[in-house]
Amino acid sequence: MVAWQSLGVLRALICGAGIAALFATGAAAEEFVAFKIVDNESIAKSLTGKPGDPARGREVAINRKQGNCLACHKLPIPEQPFHGEIGPDLSTAGSTYSAGELRLRIVNPKIVNPDTFMPAFYRPFGLHRVSKDFQGKTILTAEQVEDVVAYLTTLK
Amino acid sequence: MRRIALAAVAASGLTVMLAGTALSDETDWGAYEVGDKRSGYTYAATETRSIQDDDFENPAMLWVDTGQELWDTVEGEAGKACASCHDDAAVSMAEVGAIYPVYYEPRGKLINIEQRINLCRTENMKAKAWKWESRELLSMTAFVRNQARGRPVAVKIDGPAAPFYEKGKEFYYQRRGQLDMACKNCHEDNAGNMIRANLLSQGQSNGFPTYRLKWQKVGSLHRRFRGCNSQVRATPYKAGSDEYVNLELFLADRGRGLPVETPAVRN
Ligand code: HEC
Ligand code: HEC
Repeated sequence: MVAWQSLGVLRALICGAGIAALFATGAAAEEFVAFKIVDNESIAKSLTGKPGDPARGREVAINRKQGNCLACHKLPIPEQPFHGEIGPDLSTAGSTYSAGELRLRIVNPKIVNPDTFMPAFYRPFGLHRVSKDFQGKTILTAEQVEDVVAYLTTLK
Repeated sequence: MRRIALAAVAASGLTVMLAGTALSDETDWGAYEVGDKRSGYTYAATETRSIQDDDFENPAMLWVDTGQELWDTVEGEAGKACASCHDDAAVSMAEVGAIYPVYYEPRGKLINIEQRINLCRTENMKAKAWKWESRELLSMTAFVRNQARGRPVAVKIDGPAAPFYEKGKEFYYQRRGQLDMACKNCHEDNAGNMIRANLLSQGQSNGFPTYRLKWQKVGSLHRRFRGCNSQVRATPYKAGSDEYVNLELFLADRGRGLPVETPAVRN
């Protein structure tokens, strides 16, 4: 586990080996899908090998226990009363970024900016004092990441 | 006297608002703003502030009153009350709320007000320590700190306190939990910004113990720490842990100069 603390090692493992590693323990164990980061800028391939569902992605972005993207971002979701003011407005994120760039920014925005406030939604390691219920788990599943990517690409 | 002074300050803040000046940045917050430091009061809703401004409306004053009663209550094998040693709290406790936590030589570490109270109970009164977050300990802490209301927070962070201050500081900047967030992400970088339905404040500690509308009761600063830790899906520390007492000193220094506001009212 200690070795995973280092981003360098992490990148080497993810980029080089292309293996899937098991992180979670217990019943809710989910396989952590390996992925390849291109030029520190994007993750070109879908984590699930399939395109996500934009309607489900919109739900994930709203859900406080899942993406909760609205905590920090403004999104074109008028039926939700509170939109955060922490990160940039994502209303046109789909024209600013490619799907691969969006995927990297959701999987682990710290690769783009190590100091960012935004959590890495698909990085179950390199964290401090994670509470028991969440240990070894990613915030979103690979499928949910793909759904959010699919949703954001519709925002033009 | 002090109670009246703070209420007057609050009222003047309100007048400015009513006069049409923009909220927050341009509002004159009086004693609640010192340089770039702003009490949680200045981020609270108008109704919340007005509850705090009026001691008869402020539900936390019930805890302070209980503390006053306990102050005079004899308990324990030594047959003493707090008042037996400390007499009039308005005099003997005038400063405590502004200068704690302090370095405590016999233990070689910091202690906060709750811990000082329990030391007096176990050692001087030969009474049982009160449990953390019990009505008694919250009431006595609120009562003691209320004696310093209006005094600027002025903790000591040099000398033997220095290494503990450094640990508190480290805690403040350490990211934690599955959400990988540090205190500073919310309260230093984003004070004044909405995080979904919540307006982030500077996370100052000058009003604790605080009546939180969400809790429907008075709660300790360490309860708040536990809440902020759990929020980011981190394992919180125990209330009264060294980690939290060190953090308490760092926060007090971070809000140095803000008036003690206990008992504050917050959303
Ligand atoms: C706790 C705050 C927070 C949460 C929650 C959050 N973000 Fe962010 N996000 C930020 C910040 C801050 C930035 C600015 C980039 C930086 O800090 O480097 C950002 C940047 C982004 C960007 C790049 C936008 C740009 O214009 O550069 C995307 C895309 C994004 N976030 C998507 C999401 C999605 C999707 C979610 C939910 C699954 C989410 N964010 C949740 C804080 C957050
Ligand atoms: C994810 C965001 C977030 C993080 C991280 C966070 N807090 Fe908070 N904190 C809040 C919110 C929301 C509130 C309630 C509104 C306010 O006062 O900011 C709050 C309130 C507080 C208050 C009460 C302020 C008052 O005036 O009553 C204190 C003290 C505090 N936080 C300290 C901390 C400390 C210390 C840490 C780190 C251990 C921390 N917070 C981490 C979101 C956060």
